[in-house]
Amino acid sequence: MSLQLRRKTHESVIYIDRDSAPRIMPSGEDFILEDLPIGTRVLYPNPPLKGLPNREAAIRYALNHPHGCDPLFAQLEPGMQVTVAVDDISLPLPPMATPDIRQTVLEVVLDMLAGHGVDDVHILIANCLHRKMTEWEMKRMVGARIFDAYYPDRYYNHDAEWADGLVKLGETKHKEPLVLNRRAAESDLLIYVNINFVPMDGGHKSVAVGLCDYESLRAHHEPQTILDSDSYMDPPRSELNRKCTRLGKLVDEHLNVFHIETAINNRMYKGDMDFLLKNEDDFTAFDRMKFEAMRYTMNKLPRPARRKLLHSRPAQYEMTACHAGKTDPVHDKIVAKGFEQYAIPVSGQCDILITGIPDISPYNVYSILNPLLVQVMALGYHFNFYRNKPLLKKGGVLIVQHPCYDDFDHKFHPSYIEFFNRLLPETRDSFVLREKYEREFANNPSYVEMYRRGNAYHGAHPFFMWYWGENGRQHVGKVIAAGAENAHVPAMLGWERADNLTEAIAMARSYMGNSAEITMLHQPMIGVADME
Amino acid sequence: MEESLAGAAFYDLEGTLVSTNLVHTLGFYARRQQGWMQSFKKSATTLLSLPVFAVTDQYSRKVFNDLYFKRYKGQSEDRLRYFAHELFEEVIKPAVFPGSYELIEKSRSLGLRQVVITGALDLSVKPLMEHLNITEYVTNRLEFVNGSATGRLLPPIMAAATKASWIRTFAEREAISLSDSYAYTDSMSDLPMLSVVGHPAAVNPDMRLRQTALHHDWPILTLK
Repeated sequence: MSLQLRRKTHESVIYIDRDSAPRIMPSGEDFILEDLPIGTRVLYPNPPLKGLPNREAAIRYALNHPHGCDPLFAQLEPGMQVTVAVDDISLPLPPMATPDIRQTVLEVVLDMLAGHGVDDVHILIANCLHRKMTEWEMKRMVGARIFDAYYPDRYYNHDAEWADGLVKLGETKHKEPLVLNRRAAESDLLIYVNINFVPMDGGHKSVAVGLCDYESLRAHHEPQTILDSDSYMDPPRSELNRKCTRLGKLVDEHLNVFHIETAINNRMYKGDMDFLLKNEDDFTAFDRMKFEAMRYTMNKLPRPARRKLLHSRPAQYEMTACHAGKTDPVHDKIVAKGFEQYAIPVSGQCDILITGIPDISPYNVYSILNPLLVQVMALGYHFNFYRNKPLLKKGGVLIVQHPCYDDFDHKFHPSYIEFFNRLLPETRDSFVLREKYEREFANNPSYVEMYRRGNAYHGAHPFFMWYWGENGRQHVGKVIAAGAENAHVPAMLGWERADNLTEAIAMARSYMGNSAEITMLHQPMIGVADME
Repeated sequence: MEESLAGAAFYDLEGTLVSTNLVHTLGFYARRQQGWMQSFKKSATTLLSLPVFAVTDQYSRKVFNDLYFKRYKGQSEDRLRYFAHELFEEVIKPAVFPGSYELIEKSRSLGLRQVVITGALDLSVKPLMEHLNITEYVTNRLEFVNGSATGRLLPPIMAAATKASWIRTFAEREAISLSDSYAYTDSMSDLPMLSVVGHPAAVNPDMRLRQTALHHDWPILTLK
């Protein structure tokens, strides 16, 4: 039995045996140790690919050897108007150690533009309806030299509510409207700088989504599109991707876009926190000591301080590829590179899927992982990290390890609070929510002003977070929140609660049977279950 | 075309839509007395009164109003009206927060009635309302006898609970749904006004209102 359980199908797939070590699980800002039932399959992130030794050289090579178009230098003329759009703070996660890849790309690109007499250059953050980045975050992302030269007049956030700053490009044949940032749309050349963190990122989504307005976004950020995506981390089977591609074609008809995409490895931590990515059976005494030291320290701190500490640890990602040129060929190559890093071959679905929710999401950078974000991480991101078919069987149980505290960030997520407290008690039906309330929130003057002048997510954003979990919600039979510190948050989300993981597994087995196959995602991980 | 709501947006004015407050207006008039000696005397008295105004405003808006509007006693109505346009151009117009225009425009595009409720004086508010294209507003009014201010206000005095009471009456009269209405203010003294609508928001709030807004999960806006 033991020998059978110890079989290795892949280095990232581990089976729990009688003598296996307990596993580390994130639970919000905490990390807990849990003994898992014998036979549980644990998926770890793949070992990091080797980063490119010379990042600048790789970027220069990509700019000079583009796919499907002339090299960047050949497209430049003195006096032309150029806009460089960059991804916002929602990726990579956690924010990477400086210099950020965007900084390196910008340094190369801006030097090239200046060398060709192109002075009318704006840097635009493609935040769409995400919160606008703060001055400090903007400086960190591009470095002091670029920041001092361009901020605030020529380096700024996209404003999806500034009517004069937007222009309508048209509609797709499916009547999807596209309104884009005017500066980007009217530039002679739009250069997009992307970091591809998960397979959903990049491609036509960069411009067509990152720089659009609310009305354009609601055409595809809606529950049916998510339901029709199997999954949205698998581009060929993603309805969201199909819609973005249609919009991207429209963009290409009107704009000259030079796309620069980069792929990164998954070295989230190294040094003092690298043990979080390792198999606990292979821990050295030093790894155990580091974990105990971290757990001891964290236990002594209040939650905001723990959060602050975690958010102060930058990720150590390295660039593994850079391609430039026309959007489609560039994106295809980067997605392939991404899957090379993330794909974990998995055979057989499970009945019970366990995932700890770490304090990491695209929407809570330097902020709180509120209940709606816990929901989107569980039923959205973690559920959708698969290719071909879901890791969890239809009707299976998803166990989510998180305290589910009722805590929101008033500055970043004001509309989430009203959504959670006012709408969810009435209905959890995404279609009803969309029809009845989405526009009201989107047009709420207070939320609009907080988005425009503050750092709040757009009023409609909590709806998208809810829709983002729609295919997960329709697929799973039950969600159990293990370690939830209250009853009302899981109840509001339509989940059951358990005091701890052991109780949650017992509850799940009572539904799925004692012989239920259990799989755990070893978080934090960026990995895609490549199902046979 | 956005859907019209059967609601209104109620705004406090000073500190909310504009950065000036009542004392700026008083100071402006103090500097425009007949003769430099009189102007100097009035300005100095106004300056020395600032700590008293600050303390009484924290204690009670009613006491503050009693003290504050006494400073107008004896001033001629003609003179106050004559300088009102200059007051607007020099003091109030540059003090309108940039976000105020956006907020009003967005509210208006939703079909919300735009209503300003302020403790400032009618003669100083009128030009601003014309500038913001707001036709519905209620202000405080000085009592004049034989063309001179008595230093008293004509009722109803717009402050604290009176604002809320006025909103309720206005809503009943105009068939406005308070649940679908918005209210914006910067001051804790306007808490009753925020409490009667379905969508209250604190704008550039003082510390006490900020804490209250956080406690009640109300949006906190910065229009600066």
